[in-house]
Amino acid sequence: MPNILDIRRRIRSVTNTRQITKAMKMVSAAKLRRAQERALAARPYAQMLTNVLKSLVSRAEIYDPETGEPRHPLLARRPERNVLLIVVTGDKGLAGAFNTNILKAAARFIATKADKNLEIETIGRKGRDFLRRRYRAAEPRSVDSEGPPQTTIVGEQIGVLNKIDYDLALGLAERVIERYGKEEIDSVYLLYNEFKSVIAQRLIVEQILPIEQIGVPAVSMAEGMTQKEKERALEAARDAGVGIRPADTRDIDAAAAKFAVAPVDYIYEQSPEELFRSLLPKYVAIQVFRALQESVAAEHAARMTAMDAATSNATDMIDSLTLAMNRARQAKITKEIIEIVSGAAAQ
Amino acid sequence: MADTFQLEIVTPEKMVVKDVAEEIQIPGKDGYLGILPGHAPLITELAVGEISYRKGGQTHYLSVAWGFAEVLPDKVTILAETAERPQEIDVKRAQESKRRAEEALQNGKTEADFTRAEDALKRAETRLEVAGKSQH
Repeated sequence: MPNILDIRRRIRSVTNTRQITKAMKMVSAAKLRRAQERALAARPYAQMLTNVLKSLVSRAEIYDPETGEPRHPLLARRPERNVLLIVVTGDKGLAGAFNTNILKAAARFIATKADKNLEIETIGRKGRDFLRRRYRAAEPRSVDSEGPPQTTIVGEQIGVLNKIDYDLALGLAERVIERYGKEEIDSVYLLYNEFKSVIAQRLIVEQILPIEQIGVPAVSMAEGMTQKEKERALEAARDAGVGIRPADTRDIDAAAAKFAVAPVDYIYEQSPEELFRSLLPKYVAIQVFRALQESVAAEHAARMTAMDAATSNATDMIDSLTLAMNRARQAKITKEIIEIVSGAAAQ
Repeated sequence: MADTFQLEIVTPEKMVVKDVAEEIQIPGKDGYLGILPGHAPLITELAVGEISYRKGGQTHYLSVAWGFAEVLPDKVTILAETAERPQEIDVKRAQESKRRAEEALQNGKTEADFTRAEDALKRAETRLEVAGKSQH
């Protein structure tokens, strides 16, 4: 017969765990809300910049009118020999399958580029820990060195995700643009968890360089949520009071669409070509910035969902333990009564 | 003609200013521009510098790093990589980066080091200058 005291102890321990998971869920929900607000605050700049660039493309004749070839190196496609993949994961665990899914997708992507030199840069502790075990760090080598294609790790950034600021994205963008310009790398991909709302998320690989088309993310691999994941996320969001609709950006987008494209003759202080040249790197930076923001929001959402599931599992466990305890107590009482009764009958 | 225009200053992180102003000075890449309502449509890149705009007799200051501006007769929109009001500027940090930039200028080896240090120095100096200006 199970000991009542032991069961009672276990119930107390599970109750404590439930308190922790519940608190973590609410903290994640609050962080998620803040991350969503920040992403929304970043939207006007991103949209305006994109619009300006789009309008400059035609004014500055960025594409050669005869051959259709782009005249800017960041737009030009060249044979892909050296590839840079930036993997964005979280710094912390306890977020369900968030990090695992990203790393699985990374493994799949790496497999498709097996015939090329692939360099990996990780953002987030979890990705670094996992990938560093599988691939070795890059050794200095010349760009033209022959030899079999290899996969190496070239960089890592950890502990930067608590406070995503634009400078971080700008620094990253400037670095890859510089290396791209020197032809050390021929393309740059960003693997991250896209986040439109709690129930609209995808794991995507986005091509950052060369830029295929301004204003249209070049997604080369995408993986949506399963129905079950959606349901779970929905339940967690409802319970934590997080909105599930994507933010309404129509006003922002409409205002941004008017930026620098009024039907008037502008005086250009600098030539359109010159403007385009200085704006394009900022476009890359803002793409990276948006990706990082979305990844952070997705991580909080994943943690919120995972902690919601953990909380409800703890509740189930407490229920079944309580039942077991009551049964044991009842059995004990019954046994005592039988003992008393049979004792009395024997006299 | 109206005697004010709308003013919006937007950074990647947020909308910093959404206001009505009577006059603004912006640090164009090729020199400072003073803009009054009814200005001809204009597009320009911004350098590191100081934005000052007047509203109801009060002058407001902001320090900006790189940016981009659209001027319309009734509206000025500025995209800036950073735009900070005097009270938001971390004076200590600016002084620190000024010192570092000066050091780098002394010891810089390559051309790129030099330009970078110069840029950093200019940003730090602008910040310090703007921070010294009161909001009134």
